[in-house]
Amino acid sequence: MKARQVLVPLAAVAIFLVLWEALVWVMGWPNYRMASPSDLIPAYEKYWNLFLVMGWQTLWRTVAGLILAVIFGTALGMIMGFSRTMRDALYPLLVGFNAIPKATVVPIVALMFVGWHDFNTVLIAFIISFFPIAVSVSIGLSTLEPEYRDILRSLGASQSTIFWKIALPKTLPEFFGALKVAVTLAFIGTNLMEIVSPHGRGLGALFDSGKTNSDYPLMFAVLIALAFLGIVLYYVVVALEKTFAGWADRTV
Amino acid sequence: MDNLIDIRGVRHAYSTASGPLPVLDGLDVQVPEGGFVAVVGPSGCGKSTLTRLVAGLLIPDAGEVSVHGKRITGPRSNVGMAFQNPVLLEWRTILDNVLLPLEIVPTKLTKAQAAERARKLLSLVGLDGFEGKRPSELSGGMKQRASLCRALIHSPEVLILDEPFGALDAFTREDLWQIMHRVKAEEPFTGVLITHDLRESIFLADQVVVLSGRPARTQFVLDIPDTGVRTLDHLYTPEAVAMLNTLRHQIEVAQGRAPAGQPA
Ligand SMILES: Nc1ncnc2c1ncn2[C@@H]1O[C@H](COP(=O)(O)OP(=O)(O)OP(=O)(O)O)[C@@H](O)[C@H]1O
Ligand SMILES: [Mg+2]
Repeated sequence: MKARQVLVPLAAVAIFLVLWEALVWVMGWPNYRMASPSDLIPAYEKYWNLFLVMGWQTLWRTVAGLILAVIFGTALGMIMGFSRTMRDALYPLLVGFNAIPKATVVPIVALMFVGWHDFNTVLIAFIISFFPIAVSVSIGLSTLEPEYRDILRSLGASQSTIFWKIALPKTLPEFFGALKVAVTLAFIGTNLMEIVSPHGRGLGALFDSGKTNSDYPLMFAVLIALAFLGIVLYYVVVALEKTFAGWADRTV
Repeated sequence: MDNLIDIRGVRHAYSTASGPLPVLDGLDVQVPEGGFVAVVGPSGCGKSTLTRLVAGLLIPDAGEVSVHGKRITGPRSNVGMAFQNPVLLEWRTILDNVLLPLEIVPTKLTKAQAAERARKLLSLVGLDGFEGKRPSELSGGMKQRASLCRALIHSPEVLILDEPFGALDAFTREDLWQIMHRVKAEEPFTGVLITHDLRESIFLADQVVVLSGRPARTQFVLDIPDTGVRTLDHLYTPEAVAMLNTLRHQIEVAQGRAPAGQPA
């Protein structure tokens, strides 16, 4: 990685923070309207141990939900990608399910599994993020040119050999594109649940307690911490993409 | 003469949303061992369907397709295929692309022997030094040569080429014709070549089969006399021009644009 690739994004973040600080200062906004970056430092100092503990809770539950989404989404995508009938049968169900605003599902799940904090948080992160993965895998498989299949099939290769040697690797670029979307969605799912469920855990609960105590800098500090975690996870996906689907990148 | 590939009285229809679509009806093609037959015919008449039958990817509704006197009931590992689309795997190097069939079919070669054979084939088609490159780094003609090597790596008995040079420019195509002659001399195979190019058919094949419009039957068979080594100049001899005229007339008949019979 070149220095430029690290410095440019860092500089962008620094400029963003300066502009933010300046905006709040120029407009003379009080803290309850919009906290400025300099207000956040005391919040981090005061609660740093909570940020660590709860940030970790949010992170692992999001990742757990994502892993489930990858497994389930890929399996579902395979079923729909290989079988026309299954595609026709499952698409309407899937689209309908995805169209339900997840904010309405969260309280239902929270009540259903009341007290099972980890379980229902992971569940929501999973529910909200498997859709793009399933769709991308299914499209990747169903649009595979027949010649790719025929090259191996004419040699007597089994369906599973064709899947592992050709269909799966060929679908990886689309898969990683969907995974980047899924990461953000999973974060939204985790936090919705953390905010809604009573005595929740994670950064969402920290946000909620900031709200209860009218600690506005804390609320903004949580938002920034979430953004930071989101960026970290995103770059983990980018690194995985480079490793497994770097061949698809044609930009020199 | 003993025919390696024997297609007799084949009839086939695809089932489509608007009912069965008859594609082949009364197809006869025979290819002797070591022979190279070109198949030409109007667009959409069923040429690719014919290759799928020979590869065992499709079983005909009626009639018989046999290789070595054995009726084909499914895919066998002794065919090699190349298409107009080179379908190389972008995540593999050229060498690993060529080696792909050996990961499927049983082989006596060790890994090192297989790699050496792949290098030899690549060198035969003029791709020395490209073993480690990715397909995206190759031109269309080079990709097609690599695809040809992949079709040959497991020494298939039957080579099936479905318009392999169709998407190439005229100069690259003539290059590849000459490479085909070189390959045939070094790596003998029995082949079926689907093409839209009549010059290509008489330059490469020893027999040209003209199919009728859909549903296709064998409409005309032209044997190309063996004149020893063929060069591009042969395409401009009076004999070659006469053969091209005959074939062109047959295509027009197949397309329904000319009455049957000899051209005026
Ligand atoms: N799997 C399929 N299902 C239904 N119809 C098909 C299928 N494959 C081919 N066809 C139809 O069968 C006919 C013959 O197809 P085929 O691909 O064999 O023709 P072709 O002679 O190779 O055409 P071209 O010259 O364009 O390559 C076409 O009309 C095509 O639309
Ligand atoms: Mg075709």
